[in-house]
Amino acid sequence: MTVLPEVTPPPFQPPYPTQDARFAPGDTVRVRPGAAPGHMRTPWFLRGRTGRVERICGDFANPEELAYRRDGGPARAVYRVRFTMAEVWGDGAERAQDTIDAEIFEHWLEPADAP
Amino acid sequence: MPHDHHDHFHHEGMSPSGHPYRPDDDQPLTYWQRMEIAVRELLVEKGITTAAEINAQIERMDARSPALGASVVARAWDDPAFKQRLLADGSAAMEEIGIDPSGMKLVVVENTARVHNVVVCTLCSCYPRNLLGLPPDWYKTRAYRSRTVREPRAVLREFGLELPEDVRVQVHDSTADMRYLVLPRRPSGTEGWSAEALAGIVTRDCMIGVAVPQLP
Amino acid sequence: MTDDTGQGRRWHDMGGKDAGEIARGEHDFALWEKRVDALLCIATAKGYFTVDGLRRALEDMGEDAFETMTYYERWIASITQNMVEAGAFTIEELNARMEEVAARGPTYGEAQGAGE
Repeated sequence: MTVLPEVTPPPFQPPYPTQDARFAPGDTVRVRPGAAPGHMRTPWFLRGRTGRVERICGDFANPEELAYRRDGGPARAVYRVRFTMAEVWGDGAERAQDTIDAEIFEHWLEPADAP
Repeated sequence: MPHDHHDHFHHEGMSPSGHPYRPDDDQPLTYWQRMEIAVRELLVEKGITTAAEINAQIERMDARSPALGASVVARAWDDPAFKQRLLADGSAAMEEIGIDPSGMKLVVVENTARVHNVVVCTLCSCYPRNLLGLPPDWYKTRAYRSRTVREPRAVLREFGLELPEDVRVQVHDSTADMRYLVLPRRPSGTEGWSAEALAGIVTRDCMIGVAVPQLP
Repeated sequence: MTDDTGQGRRWHDMGGKDAGEIARGEHDFALWEKRVDALLCIATAKGYFTVDGLRRALEDMGEDAFETMTYYERWIASITQNMVEAGAFTIEELNARMEEVAARGPTYGEAQGAGE
């Protein structure tokens, strides 16, 4: 059972340019699984977890490509996604309603319906 | 700190934080130091950089310290409109008060009566260094990187900070380009304090989120 | 998930793993470490590689490197890896220079030569 955090979308625009972002603040999103080797910036502990978009950070080149001397384009949206500790750690959570935010690239996210 | 800029870069005496430099000069040369010297010399000889450029970068980094972050916090405490600009775009707000972000993308997160923020980089050691200076060793340890996203309250307890149950702890894992600064709550009893006095109670650890400002 | 039971989790991806007390010691950085830091800033500013490349090489060094090398030792190893990949200098050139540096003397002070 997914436990979702409350988010209050910020009252300002993203400070870095963004266009055609697929998700909006407040959207419920799931982090895709992924077990390939190589340089990735989506932490293992968040893969497969469901959270809410707290804000759009901006569009950025893909670090998975930049790490290997490629230009990482086209830039794609990075979102600050919020998860409850209950969602991430289950019964082992220190306090269920505490939250963890991370910046996740759009290609790691898929829409998830709220339960 | 007096030194001659022109011919040689003397790193004698005390570092900006008041500690003596480690006496490297007399220590046995390590394999990695050998590599650093070789790489640095090759890059200078090939015209990729210069000794002056390297020294200028060292000085630029030395000039960054938690005092800069504290001045940003003190300004936000006294100036609500600045605080809103800071929360909307941390880098632009820094620049407004004369601190060059040098490309750093700063996001400032605000502690409130209901929310306490703490920052970590589980994947490496991302840190708002262009504001606060170089991160402390503990921030880069396995234990901090592993535990802060899993048991932040236990971590904070180790740092001497106990938070009430009705406060939500919000952990930020710096996984992308943004760098995070915690804006601590202004303690009561500081009304009418000067900017210097306010900045004086804002420590580096407060801006990472493992401490809160204490009245002296 | 406290233990790595998954396939494909990389060693550096530490969030949530079991760990002990946080060692709270701090140290002021030595000149050679500040030089390493400066080289990273300069080389990335000039487009030889990115911080992503720095991280990728650090990760590829493996867990033993994290346990046995200091932070800036790993950084100079990663910078060197990235600069060789970028064609800034060759391994042959690096070899020759590292030998020459060692021959200058047994301490950092002597080995850095003019050390500007």
